[in-house]
Amino acid sequence: MAKDKLLDFDKALELYEPVLGFEVHVELNTATKMFSSAANPANSANHEAGPNTLVAPVDMGLPGSLPVVNETAVRYSISLGLALGCSIAPSSRFARKNYFYPDLGKNYQISQYDEPIAFEGSVEIELGDGTLVTVPIERAHMEEDAGKLTHMGGATGRIQGAEYSLVDYNRAGVPLVEIVTKPIFGAEHRAPEIAKAYVAAIRDIVISLGISEARMERGNLRCDANVSLRPRGQEKLGTRTETKNVNSMRSVERAVRYEIQRQAAILAAGGTITQETRHWHEDTGTTSPGRPKSDADDYRYFPEPDLLPVEPSAELIEKLRAALPEPPAIRRRRLKADWGFTDLEFQDVVNGGLLAEVEQTVAAGAAPAAARKWWTGEITRVANAQGVEASALVEPQAVAAVQKLVDAGTLTDKLARQVLEGVIAGEGSPQEVVDARGLAVVSDDGALIAAIDDALAAQPDVLAKIRDGKVQAAGAVIGAVMKAMRGQADAARVRELVLERAGS
Amino acid sequence: MSDLTRLTAADLAGKLAAGEVSSVEATQAHLDRIAAVDGDVHAFLHVSDHALDVAADIDRRRAGGEQLGGLAGVPLAIKDVLVTTDMPSTSGSKILEGYMSPYDATVVARARAAGLVPLGKTNMDEFAMGSSTEHSAYGPTHNPWDLDRIPGGSGGGSAAAVAAFEAPIALGSDTGGSIRQPAHVTGTVGMKPTYGGVSRFGAIALASSLDQVGPVSRTVLDSALLHDVIGGHDPHDSTSLTDAWPSFAAAAREGATGEALKGLKVGVIAELPDSGFQPGVSASFRAALAAMEAAGAEIVEVSAPHFEYGVAAYYLILPAEASSNLAKFDSVRFGMRVNVPGGTVEDVMAATRDAGFGDEVKRRVILGTYALSAGYYDAYYGSAQKVRTLIQRDFDEAFARVDVIATPSAPTTAFKLGEKVDDPIQMYLNDVTTIPVNLAGVPGISIPSGLAEEDGLPVGIQFIAPAREDARLYRVGAAVETLLVDRWGGPLLDRAPVLGGTR
Repeated sequence: MAKDKLLDFDKALELYEPVLGFEVHVELNTATKMFSSAANPANSANHEAGPNTLVAPVDMGLPGSLPVVNETAVRYSISLGLALGCSIAPSSRFARKNYFYPDLGKNYQISQYDEPIAFEGSVEIELGDGTLVTVPIERAHMEEDAGKLTHMGGATGRIQGAEYSLVDYNRAGVPLVEIVTKPIFGAEHRAPEIAKAYVAAIRDIVISLGISEARMERGNLRCDANVSLRPRGQEKLGTRTETKNVNSMRSVERAVRYEIQRQAAILAAGGTITQETRHWHEDTGTTSPGRPKSDADDYRYFPEPDLLPVEPSAELIEKLRAALPEPPAIRRRRLKADWGFTDLEFQDVVNGGLLAEVEQTVAAGAAPAAARKWWTGEITRVANAQGVEASALVEPQAVAAVQKLVDAGTLTDKLARQVLEGVIAGEGSPQEVVDARGLAVVSDDGALIAAIDDALAAQPDVLAKIRDGKVQAAGAVIGAVMKAMRGQADAARVRELVLERAGS
Repeated sequence: MSDLTRLTAADLAGKLAAGEVSSVEATQAHLDRIAAVDGDVHAFLHVSDHALDVAADIDRRRAGGEQLGGLAGVPLAIKDVLVTTDMPSTSGSKILEGYMSPYDATVVARARAAGLVPLGKTNMDEFAMGSSTEHSAYGPTHNPWDLDRIPGGSGGGSAAAVAAFEAPIALGSDTGGSIRQPAHVTGTVGMKPTYGGVSRFGAIALASSLDQVGPVSRTVLDSALLHDVIGGHDPHDSTSLTDAWPSFAAAAREGATGEALKGLKVGVIAELPDSGFQPGVSASFRAALAAMEAAGAEIVEVSAPHFEYGVAAYYLILPAEASSNLAKFDSVRFGMRVNVPGGTVEDVMAATRDAGFGDEVKRRVILGTYALSAGYYDAYYGSAQKVRTLIQRDFDEAFARVDVIATPSAPTTAFKLGEKVDDPIQMYLNDVTTIPVNLAGVPGISIPSGLAEEDGLPVGIQFIAPAREDARLYRVGAAVETLLVDRWGGPLLDRAPVLGGTR
């Protein structure tokens, strides 16, 4: 594949106005699937299930099987629609989207087409410097996820060149809500940042509603980013591309930036943009063409005759509206005040998409400052090094547990980082890592005193200096003791004991 | 013991309950009958190898004092469109040859729970597409009245099994007449319930918005008894009605007293011309109406101006839904697979569907795919849905004036095998009076009205009632049945030729 030419980002923005649009798919974490009684793998309780173990006849498209709508999924969808400021349709319909592909047992997807459950809303997002941007929402509709294909024998795991493919229908029928924005104008040079902040905002919303695990690395939240450019001063929108399944907030930002630069290079050279879906490659930070998208795609939509229209009562809608968590902007203001963070500290958290993580870590018992330091510091560092999302590395509860060990004096900061590294590596809970690696601080004064006495005996000159009142000389002894204890001692306690032993 | 096969299900159930016969005896008698005549009739695609075990279990439970359902121990034939865990379910197609379902259709599960004894699976047009069973991938069923003639379709197997005394009752499915038209040509009774009255779960879908499972029998009471067993809400079928239904058997018994006809307003459709109907069919229809009038019914002409567009609308809606419903038969998870060396999954899907589907199925899948295509949807599928609404309105207006509507169940008596198989339009027009009933979602029943003078073959009369008024049809159907059987001096089927031996 020829490498795409890119135009300098600032130059691109000088010539063209980027217009954005997003389709975010949210997997709901209901106990069972959208249309069957099979357990839902998008619920953490079932995440580890083996291939094709979470299936019912409907998910396999077995003869005679019929779908039945999951009421909880409908309620979750209404809540999400309301949180997006949408109107809820008093009657909405499912439709069949027909296409042959082995990841769908029925060879059609049950989705909503011309009558979505939620429509016309907006989301307020906050950028790094605190700027608020309103993203207009076109609709949010319910549908089912497809199964997962694994292409075997090919070089890249792609369908081209594969010898055969394995199909896992566990994901087939997982409840999805697809949130579609209207075109977003005026993003300008902040387009990549807006992309990231929008996905972060959606993630915050679904987490606060408790309707999705929202783990991007598991595909619970997937973003398709539409980008088009139009020459400055032109009214007509340019041809757009749709970059599929960009599965981290950082990647969304990078993918949008990349597409702006790629399209600008083509347009600046007098070329035209092909309307197509494109794939994001995390490793190279580039997109490549998927299948061309054109009017030739004919899904032969028609109303799903196996299902009745969804007609939520006004009472239900109002009940769900009343139960909505506070809006993200208000929530952010409250959290910032509760935590006592400076503007800079708080933006650090927001920009990292770590609001929910810090909040949950605090809820699990950690001090806000400590929670922030962990997430924006060590965990973000490791995440960046591994090229993954910080939230994917470790559970907030584990972070709080590590901090608890620090607070109790069981771990020093340095040891705590090692424990966290063990937790991230999958070695178990913080306590298990402490036990297995023998990382706890030596708090037995007897052992420390023995080591101190040895060190003082080995350095009589230092002992003399301490006795002369030159307390700073103790550093050499403390260093020797810490070394003897392999770092697993509380330095402050060692210092106390050194002075005590030297003085006696 | 072979005359056990001549009993109605109600009478057989009575003898079983009274301990006069065992279910094993009754089941054995029907298996013997199948062995004797099904070589000629070919009503069954599969005969159960454990029906006697099931029957023995019912006998044991009865002997143990267990309270059993009214039809417990009575043998039952099951249309192959309904999935069963213990017998293959093919829907008459090669693409499902040998397919075993991991679950029972709701109606089958309810029949088993009520103690009915499944005898086997009956023949049908492939995926219920047809009016003659000639489109079965496993060869046609023959009409017991004349083995050279069609038994109707798609449920020709169930109707022929009942008409040939191979089973007292059977389950069918009706999308545009597949229960009623076979009843018409075989001198039997067939009921299409109100849409949503009987669960579709486990019925291999043809057209989801039209399909309805229903009973097939030799008497109105027997259909009512079976309907009582299989009907009612099923949480597995979202289109299933949550209504509480009255006892249909009670309605049939009440109707048999004849009171039901006094003052009954019977609508006949003005726009249904005599010209499209075989003279013997029209004559039988008029005679039945006259008999009803003599018994106190009032015949009222009603207008249904959109009735005549029913067939056209139906042949857009049905193929559209079928093209989508049949997409699942792609070789990936179950059923037939044609391997294409070096081919892609699309190649394998295409080769399998090419080899596994018959011509009529392909015809309708192509038609439906076209009708749903972008740019054609409004003109075809959209317009057809509007016609559907207009037909529903016709029925609403008619039922404001009459209690039931009567029509001939089909335009002709049983035609010869092969006569129309290459003329789809003629075949489709055979369902002209049954199709609007499915389009409107209302119930319809076909009962024998006599024999056509010119060919001596059975003719049926169809009664249609408003949605949810299934009981009314059993009441009226049983009344007319009593009236006509009295006139004939015995059931129509007594006049069918004797089967058995070789042709």
